[in-house]
Amino acid sequence: MIGKASPPAANPLRRTLRAIRDLASRLPQRHQSLTVIVGMAFVTAILPLVVLAPPLNGFGRQNDWLDGFANAGVFVLLAMGLNVVVGLAGLLDLGYAAFFAIGAYTYAYGASPFSGLDVPFWPMLLVGAAVAMVFGLLLGAPTLRLRGDYLAIVTLGFGEIVPVVFLNADTYTRGTNGISGVYQPVLPIVGNFGFGNPMPYYLTMAAIIAVAMILLYRLQDSRLGRAWMAIREDELAAASMGINTVTTKLLAFAIGASTSGLGGVFYASKLSVVSPDQFGFVISFTVLAMVVLGGMGNIWGVAVGAFVIYELQSQGLKQLNSFFGGLGLPPFHLGPLTVDLTSINFLEYQFLLYGLALVGMMLLRPEGLFPSRRRRAELRDEADAGAANEELVQA
Amino acid sequence: MDFGLLLQQTINALTIGAIYALIALGYTMVYGIIELINFAHGDVFMTGSFVTMWLLTTLGFQGTIKDPLTLAGVLALAFLVAMTVMGAVGVIIERFAYRPLRNAPRLAPLITAIGVSFILQNIVQSIWGPSPVSVPQIIDVQASFRVGGTPIRFLSIFIIVLAIALMVALQLFVGRTRLGRAMRSTAIDREAAQLMGVDINTTIALTFFIGSALAGAAGVVQGLYLGNTVFTAGFQAGLKAFTAAVLGGIGNTTGAALGGFVIGFIEVGSTYLGYTRWSEAVVFTILILVLVFRPTGLLGQQLAERA
Repeated sequence: MIGKASPPAANPLRRTLRAIRDLASRLPQRHQSLTVIVGMAFVTAILPLVVLAPPLNGFGRQNDWLDGFANAGVFVLLAMGLNVVVGLAGLLDLGYAAFFAIGAYTYAYGASPFSGLDVPFWPMLLVGAAVAMVFGLLLGAPTLRLRGDYLAIVTLGFGEIVPVVFLNADTYTRGTNGISGVYQPVLPIVGNFGFGNPMPYYLTMAAIIAVAMILLYRLQDSRLGRAWMAIREDELAAASMGINTVTTKLLAFAIGASTSGLGGVFYASKLSVVSPDQFGFVISFTVLAMVVLGGMGNIWGVAVGAFVIYELQSQGLKQLNSFFGGLGLPPFHLGPLTVDLTSINFLEYQFLLYGLALVGMMLLRPEGLFPSRRRRAELRDEADAGAANEELVQA
Repeated sequence: MDFGLLLQQTINALTIGAIYALIALGYTMVYGIIELINFAHGDVFMTGSFVTMWLLTTLGFQGTIKDPLTLAGVLALAFLVAMTVMGAVGVIIERFAYRPLRNAPRLAPLITAIGVSFILQNIVQSIWGPSPVSVPQIIDVQASFRVGGTPIRFLSIFIIVLAIALMVALQLFVGRTRLGRAMRSTAIDREAAQLMGVDINTTIALTFFIGSALAGAAGVVQGLYLGNTVFTAGFQAGLKAFTAAVLGGIGNTTGAALGGFVIGFIEVGSTYLGYTRWSEAVVFTILILVLVFRPTGLLGQQLAERA
């Protein structure tokens, strides 16, 4: 660096660019909530326009896209909630869909002809979240004291029981048919919530995600968030630093559950029907894949990952079908296998792809596509730390 | 309830329990040696039942085989093929999905286990389709003898005896042989075992082979007993077998066998009492209760919390 003390600062263009870059990197640190609001507003504003442009406009009308985006938003919310449990606190929750179901049924009880109640949507959002949180606490309080991987199996069992209960307790849940005619939200400003008009749902979901994201970022940077990460990285060390590991883990579990419940309320109000088969293990697994692929522990990475995966599975695979169907390629031979791309239904392979993605991701890039810096350091540290230790020993 | 009915239900419970016990052994052995919940294990069992179906239909068997010698030969072949194939699958899974992550944080292999489970399910689904497939029941399901007027099926007796024989063989192998000693020492302290000259990789691969082969045997038994199989069969059975392993004390092979039979009794009992639809919920509730009140299980010893 001698002789080149300062870079030539004369170029005003370069200086402006650097100022912008500095601002862009400093802003999220200093004004995190503002950045989330601005970012979400930007994304929310631009998505309805993007789908009007080719090639996306060829795949569907704007309303179909917005409807899909609102559904994707539910998964973004679920993934951000599961990220607290899996990504921040390092607990494997395999029954996450159970809380989603509990939130959805809570809304169905609160606002449908079945129960005769008509509680407005907005307070029900909080009620659904609270009910799911209570169930999260009930499940977590006894089990979080146990070894970490028992939690995975207990939540897996819980995720199985909840739909079974909703299915079999048909006096209270109308069994397989589910509860239909669930009321849709009413809000004067955003417009009429309805099947033909997805825009209000889209905007509401965007707002919910923005609020959730701000809260989650603030939680992550709080004392509690640091405690989660400490437990994730070394539970014994965290406990000896005075962290009450059970309470801390329980809070992560409860916050994850309540986010899922919130998503369930929105989902029920949007579909206007809840039935047990909507909340199977498939949902839990999909959300887990989203969190892992997006980058465990990185809130925005997980959100983007969930959105991309949802759109890929709902639009991408479908388009792949029609793409190869349209190409009309003749079948070709791969050794003993005959591959006929036109007859493959790519939608059937969705979970094979998830499975391969999970295994491949863990083996090759455990920190996810959009890693959080700290998580990457941790997931990669075993090998690196070993190498570093050896270097120390040699030195 | 009269004696005949009690006897019949007991035999049913033991038969179902034998299947769960065989699967549970694989869970408990793998957990004992590398402390991993092998979520793909239930699907190994399911794949085993499909391999049996494939073998029997390829050989051209449609239903019951009358000739005892042929029956014995075909049964032996079915078990040999299913156990070898599934054992090999288990070793492959361990080699590619778990071994590279042996020193990674615990979350990583759990997630690949979930991934492997879905891969197996989807491979089976794409080969044999999503609907239930019938498995040729080469042992006559109706054939039975009477004990005090109560019909007892030969098939049930065969399954129970076979399962117990396999368990005894496993106990002898783990308890009496050199390789079994290597497995036990690896489970207790991997590094110390390595220092004593135990080849860790081979020992762990062997554990996966045996566990998966037992699941393959359970797959054959399931096919013979139920006469059909479906690509999702591994999920429920796997969960119940894991419950059995936890109930017996995870890491303990005798406990896993015992837990399997207990789950069999619970399931048959709840069906008898008219709560068929709730039997799963009952089993999982038991799982949660055991984990809360007696996490070491019925026969388990105190396990230290690994940080």
